[in-house]
Parts: sequence; C-alpha cells; structure tokens
Amino acid sequence: MTTPAESVLYSDGAAVRVRVGSPAHHFRTPAYIQGHTGVVDALCGVYPNPESLAHGGDGLPRQPLYRVRLRQTDLWPDYAGNPADTLLVDVYQHWLEPA
Amino acid sequence: MTATHVVDHIHDQPMSEVALRSVAIEALLAEKGLLTADEVQRQVDLMDGRTPADGARVVARAWIDPDFKARLLSDARSALGELGIEIPADTPHLTVVENTEDVHNLVVCTLCSCYPRMLLGRPPDWYKSLAYRSRAVSDPRGVMAEFGTVLPADIRVDVLDSTADMRYLVLPRRPEGTEGMSEEELAALVTRDSMIGVTSLSG
Repeated sequence: MTTPAESVLYSDGAAVRVRVGSPAHHFRTPAYIQGHTGVVDALCGVYPNPESLAHGGDGLPRQPLYRVRLRQTDLWPDYAGNPADTLLVDVYQHWLEPA
Repeated sequence: MTATHVVDHIHDQPMSEVALRSVAIEALLAEKGLLTADEVQRQVDLMDGRTPADGARVVARAWIDPDFKARLLSDARSALGELGIEIPADTPHLTVVENTEDVHNLVVCTLCSCYPRMLLGRPPDWYKSLAYRSRAVSDPRGVMAEFGTVLPADIRVDVLDSTADMRYLVLPRRPEGTEGMSEEELAALVTRDSMIGVTSLSG
C-alpha cells in the first residue's frame, strides 16, 4: 500500500501509556486499559484508522497498530492469579504516549 | 431480490428487532449500490462453510510437523494456504499464538465479538456475552475453572483482547499419550474451546 501513513514511533519493548479519552465518535481503546502503562510486545501492522472508517472517512493517514502487554496486577488491584499474568491488547498509535 | 429475502425471513419466524434492523440496513446498502445481495450471500456462505474442524485440522498438522508450526506462527495466512484454507485478503489479519508449558493464551474481544471466523466459523453465544467479555480479562483463571480447566499457578496466563484489526487463534498443547495417533485422530481431539483458550487439552 502506498497510502499516507503515520510513521512508527515505538519499537518492541518500549514503555507506553494508554491515553485517556472518551471521544464522541467510534473508537477501539477499551476504558479498562486507559491511563495504564505497558510495554510494546509487537508492531501488528499499519492500518486505516477505524475511527475515520466508522464514520465514512478514508481511514488516512493509516495508524501503526501495536500489541501492548500490561500486567494484570496493574489493571485489577484484587487480581488473584499469578502476578506474572498479562493482558495483551491491540492499540493504535494515536492512543499511546511514551511512559 | 432483497425484498424477497425479507419476505423469506418473515415466513420463517417472527424477526427480532436486531434482525429487522440488519435486513433493513442490507436493503439500504443494496439500494444505494454499495453491496449486492450476491456479495452478502457469498460472505454468509463463506462463514457458514467454516467450522472448528478447520481449526482442528490446522492444530493437528502443527503438532506433527514442526516446520509447518513455525510457518503457522510466523505467517498464518500463507501457512493455511498450504492446507487449502483460504483467508480472503479483505478479512482481518490472523495470528496464531502457541500454548507452551510456561504460557497459556486465552482470547476475548471486550468491545464486540471479534473471533477467528475463518478458522472456527461463527462464535458461540457465550463468547459474545457481557459476562465472558468482562470476566475473561479480569479473572481468566476463574473463567477457565468454570469451563473445567484449572491451570497450575506457575503457568503465566496471557489474555489477548482483540480490539482491532487482528484475530487470534490459540494453538493448544498436544496432550500426552498421543504419540502414536494419526493426524486425523489428533484433529478429533481438538475442541473449539481449546482454540479460544478457555480450556486446555493437556490436563
């Protein structure tokens, strides 16, 4: 694809914080991870922005999509499982900031 | 054609509000020339043609062929092509994640019902339920216990929340004592739930 795309800002292992927000339009960043810090597990690809696509837009520029690993014990104070348990969640770059 | 489609539905049984809305949207898309009834039917047929037996065939091959497994984990679409399983280019990217003696994977979509349909068909109703979607991320071990699998405490659980353009299939661990089995016999052991990750086949 040669359509415009945001450049990839984070490499594997980078510490990132999920931005907090509840925009009026469609978005795909669940509330339960917002404000939490994790680590980039992998770059999944660079995809059309679903927030634009959902409202008839062209999805451009495309957004890097990362698989971000968060610790369960950070997400849920009462988490009862192994402290090493993690959650992997797919987050678009514009929802991330350096941590 | 779309009007006939609606009438067929109505003769079957009373339609729910959601079903009516879906048929109305389909009729509008056809009327505006964005989709044809044929395109919709082709997609429905494709999805109905896929069942957990497709996923099971992939898992069994990965168990007996380490080279295939390596290709499956690094580029699922291309590896599946070797088995004659086509993943259309316009469907979301598919990633296979491997359970090991140290890590167990479990898949959920907290925002809706994203699911590896091209390998498992349509998701079960519980996968789409609010209870599963909320509890799978906050209490994965509790959810698994209700499905009859209690994981050792020292295994790490990785929950995959497929919120975006990715779909995940779990490659379960091969059960012990299956060394002499054929590929077909192995495939018969692989359940849908083990490929979602809510159960384990290895006890």
